[in-house]
Amino acid sequence: MQTKRMTFSSRWLPYALLAPQVIITLIFFVWPASQALWQSLLRQDPFGLRTTFVWFRNFERLFADPTYVDSMKTTALFAIGTTLLSLSVSLLFAVMVNRMIRSRDLYTTFLVWPYAVAPAVAGVLWWFIFNPSVGILPYMLEMLGYDWNHRLHAGDAMALVILAAAWKQISYNFLFFLAGLQSIPQSLIEAAAIDGAGRTKRFWTIIFPLLSPTTFFLMVVNIVYAMFDTFGVIHATTEGGPAQATNILVYKVFRDGFIGNNLGSSAAQSVILMGIVIVLTVVQFRWIERRVNY
Amino acid sequence: MFKHSLLAATALALVAPAAASAQTEIQWWHAMGGRLGELVEEIAANFNASQSDYVVVPSFRGTYAETMNGAIAAFRAGEQPAIVQVFEVGTGTMMAAEGAVYPIYQLMADHHANFDPAAYLPAVVGYYTDPDGNMLSFPFNSSTPILYYNKDIFAAAGLDPNTPPRTWADMETMSRQIISSGAASCGFTTRWPSWVHLENFLAWHNLPLATQQNGFAGFDTELVLNQQAPLIRHWENLARWQSEGVFSWAGGGAGPDAGPKFYSGECAMMMESSAGRAGVLSNATFNVGYGMMPYYDDVAGAPQNSIIGGATLWVLTGQSQAQYEGVARFFEFLSQPEQQAWWHQNTGYLPITQAAYDLTREQGYYDANPGADISIQQMNLNPPTENSRGLRFGNFVQIRDVISEEMEAMITGAETAQQAADNVVSRGDALLRDFQATMQ
Repeated sequence: MQTKRMTFSSRWLPYALLAPQVIITLIFFVWPASQALWQSLLRQDPFGLRTTFVWFRNFERLFADPTYVDSMKTTALFAIGTTLLSLSVSLLFAVMVNRMIRSRDLYTTFLVWPYAVAPAVAGVLWWFIFNPSVGILPYMLEMLGYDWNHRLHAGDAMALVILAAAWKQISYNFLFFLAGLQSIPQSLIEAAAIDGAGRTKRFWTIIFPLLSPTTFFLMVVNIVYAMFDTFGVIHATTEGGPAQATNILVYKVFRDGFIGNNLGSSAAQSVILMGIVIVLTVVQFRWIERRVNY
Repeated sequence: MFKHSLLAATALALVAPAAASAQTEIQWWHAMGGRLGELVEEIAANFNASQSDYVVVPSFRGTYAETMNGAIAAFRAGEQPAIVQVFEVGTGTMMAAEGAVYPIYQLMADHHANFDPAAYLPAVVGYYTDPDGNMLSFPFNSSTPILYYNKDIFAAAGLDPNTPPRTWADMETMSRQIISSGAASCGFTTRWPSWVHLENFLAWHNLPLATQQNGFAGFDTELVLNQQAPLIRHWENLARWQSEGVFSWAGGGAGPDAGPKFYSGECAMMMESSAGRAGVLSNATFNVGYGMMPYYDDVAGAPQNSIIGGATLWVLTGQSQAQYEGVARFFEFLSQPEQQAWWHQNTGYLPITQAAYDLTREQGYYDANPGADISIQQMNLNPPTENSRGLRFGNFVQIRDVISEEMEAMITGAETAQQAADNVVSRGDALLRDFQATMQ
């Protein structure tokens, strides 16, 4: 890798050019993050009238709390489910659209549309479709002999939030996969075809491995999305229920902090989440970013 | 475009202080949406029209939890409103916030308001008084759960449409008859599972939910609900009835699917707040009957009296004397029998003074609307005991979530009733201890 070295005529110019970004980062990231760090060491009543410094008690309590550990497992299941579903479906779409010639742009436009829908709106749509009393899907499932009730059955609820969250992300993945597919040299595929490799064989032995940098990149992006960006979907559909079955870590921060007013514990949870994001970012930069070819 | 909005903003900035200097503005944050929100606007407009010194400005802030947390966040930022509406589960938190709230009894005394605590219904006010019997917040909208039933389904099932079930045994046999006759596919459903099937259930059977008079006597209160055999039996029944179709779970928290189940005729009966009456009547395409909450007739002392839910108005510190003067006048206005009776009749919330109740009766409202006074009779059935006065817990918002979750786990069969109750106690006690520690 080659790095370019820039020289500036004035010593302060690079700092001045960097300043806006640094100031924004300080105000919108470093300052609130340090507030969260500080708050996570405190115990405070909702109104902020009494404050005690409790060291790491908030963290100790969290890890001793079985519901927090459960929430971690729930989050893992949710993130893996959402990532797998959205990646596989969007790869399928991308491969199919890539075969089109004239209608490709039309399909691409349609498939990208859902990305413009706000998460909360998407959540409400799913809420209507799956509502046990008035929804169309439970009605149809009942005819097939399945009693859908995500208010009661943890499995149904998890399936619902995974479906809703994955649906939202398909457009994004689709675009990257399509771009990835188009950058694969046609000559390789033709050569394989001449050697007698069938459609499936060509996909798994040539296209899929060449697509792996895109897949890895999308995997990280999707995991981050599922863990941190799906608040709206969960809030609008299950609100973390039934019996915490879909209470992912981010939603728990909100419930404990902004509904339960338990600020210390909520801050401690955000600090843990911050740690997870840092790890994921490092993973992405160290191992994946270097191998991605656009 | 930009120029225009700039002009408008400047004009507004010039006009606003002028208006404010003439009349004292009192911000009132509330959580009443829809039809109730319109009625809140109306009652504030009536007050504003009745005098010229003060303007009460109601502003809708979302759900109860959102309104309360919004006000708390505003307080931390020094931007709090004068009046905020807080639901009954937030009472413990508000009460403990000394220095943030201005107790009503003190406010009314400081401003020489016409205020007689004895005029208010004890069952309503008891929930919101301190251990010395002083009123801390103004009971604006109080309700209690009652039974709504579909008279048409009762008739179709061969039951007497004018006799609602009286006990839980009636409830079960009637539900089974309704299902076997094909009149409906489910017997009953419920809104607010924790409020109805735990908090009110125990009060109605005169059993304690927690030590220290259900938290009234101290922060060191501990939950004892898992030791109440009738409650365990009731929860076991609910789980069994769910699997048999007698009962249909409509979600935790507010039980959001109960309404649709009842209105569509899927369930013949629904337990819901008395304040849901207007909503039920506007949605139901059948004849609606009303009944008191059922009870187990082999439990000594049942039925006792039910407890209330709903919300009160809390006054926050940090406002000017003129504003507090206005708040005192506004509360005087709200306490007038005419205002109370109007509010009670239009919303289904309980009248908070004896005078308002008497006035409503004299006006012939209960004769014209049979069933509208079931809630008051149920509340006043017996003088409240330590077990039926109300509940006062810190972190109650979270504890209710815990209850809701554990009940859900029990209904699905993931836990037995006893396990669910034990889990509520262990998880709830941890939250109570958290709160107690914050208070020291």
